[in-house]
Amino acid sequence: MTDVPVVGSRETPLAQRHAALGARMIDFAGWLMPVQYAGIVEEHRAVRERAGLFDLSHMGELYVEGPEAGAALARALVSDPQALAVGRAQYSMVCAADGGVLDDLIVYRLGAERYLVVANASNTAVVSDALAERLAGMRVVLDDRSLDTALVSVQGPASVAILSGLTDVDLTALRYYGAQEGTVAGIPALVARTGYTGEDGFEVFVAWESAGAIWDAMLGAGTPHGAVPVGLGARDTLRLEAGMPLYGNELDRTTDPFQAGLGRVVRLDKEGDFVGRAALEKAAAEPPKRTLVGLVVRGRGIARHGYPVLSGETVTGTVTSGTASPTLGVPIAMAYVAPRDAEPGTMLDVVVREQRVAAEVVALPFYRRRR
Amino acid sequence: MVPTDLRYTREHEWVRVEDGVATVGITAHAADQLGDIVFVELPAVGTAVSAGKTFGVVESVKAVSDLFAPVSGSVLETNGELGGSPELANSDPFGAGWMIRISVADAGELDALLDAAAYEKLVAEG
Repeated sequence: MTDVPVVGSRETPLAQRHAALGARMIDFAGWLMPVQYAGIVEEHRAVRERAGLFDLSHMGELYVEGPEAGAALARALVSDPQALAVGRAQYSMVCAADGGVLDDLIVYRLGAERYLVVANASNTAVVSDALAERLAGMRVVLDDRSLDTALVSVQGPASVAILSGLTDVDLTALRYYGAQEGTVAGIPALVARTGYTGEDGFEVFVAWESAGAIWDAMLGAGTPHGAVPVGLGARDTLRLEAGMPLYGNELDRTTDPFQAGLGRVVRLDKEGDFVGRAALEKAAAEPPKRTLVGLVVRGRGIARHGYPVLSGETVTGTVTSGTASPTLGVPIAMAYVAPRDAEPGTMLDVVVREQRVAAEVVALPFYRRRR
Repeated sequence: MVPTDLRYTREHEWVRVEDGVATVGITAHAADQLGDIVFVELPAVGTAVSAGKTFGVVESVKAVSDLFAPVSGSVLETNGELGGSPELANSDPFGAGWMIRISVADAGELDALLDAAAYEKLVAEG
């Protein structure tokens, strides 16, 4: 039960602050990251009811700039970044030629010829390499700023109240999946209304050396609203309740976007070729071999990543993520199952330590905030 | 500080023996390391457990962890309260969060367990 000593991990600019806040640190994708402060359930509830502050400085920030930036990204990614208005963002993926997902991303259009691609920390190098290869020969510059861009996120119903006093960005005019450059606590920042929790919230991109000042200002403004620092543990339970995929669990190189229920992200209607088009056109036309579903465990036990899922006596699939839902008070999971078993209401069994535990297929997400 | 009247395993279980009956739980350190405990799986009454072997599972939000029997014997009783309130293992690990009672087969096995001072040293050394 002792934690593995963390050796050789990169530190975010907020490492000292996490230590001072009593965080338990783990290695995550080569980064020393807080997994929890006060406790996962307490942090999770704070985000659902008030607000939470996240250090996401481990994530990858790749800038793509030039006259052909939009066209180059349209060729490299499955979505169509050219369709974005300036100041808007889209969820996207970078796929291999066989349609397998190399990473899921958010693409922000910051200017007519300037985009920001935000990648998972575990895949930043993969995405950077793929973009470098796919953008070659076009009038575009790829600039990997991951190691000098920090990211602090505030998520939860009090997010607007917390951030509005700190920024010159008009938050009421900033819609979901919008992004605007301005200042936060007097520091130049990119403020985006995005997140990974199922709540309203903002992601604030700043220079590495400004991260401490931004964190202090946001935590200071948040404390009167009941905001707390939140680690990766609650980030995972929050995104799972919101039905959002995690790369390495729901998405990987052997999975195409259609299996994950994310076919809408793939713009087969866009002009020109893109990496994976032929394979993805085929995947779109054929019934999927497996489908991502939500499960609510009705028996006693918690479904976890890797546990088999049975339909009668037949193995129908595998659990990709599972936990005890802090909001719903029941064990929830996501799993890949055969399409014939994917209808909500279908009763399946999860094999938990060689015992069959009943679980019901439900529609995703498990949790949807009231607006 | 851990209770001085208990014995401990290297896997962070505690055991209290009274009249040949061993009461077993996990230590406050173990509960803290696990975080929010959301599920405890315990053996049926009458099950034979063996010293050093797993007898159940404790799950937090993020992790699954085996429970190891400090001594061998037959399970006399399990803590039914943990079914509806697994968080007792966090809030009162040495008391209301107890897990099983075992009829001790060989009291000599207790000698192989850590006393409070040795267990505190183990925790301090991480």
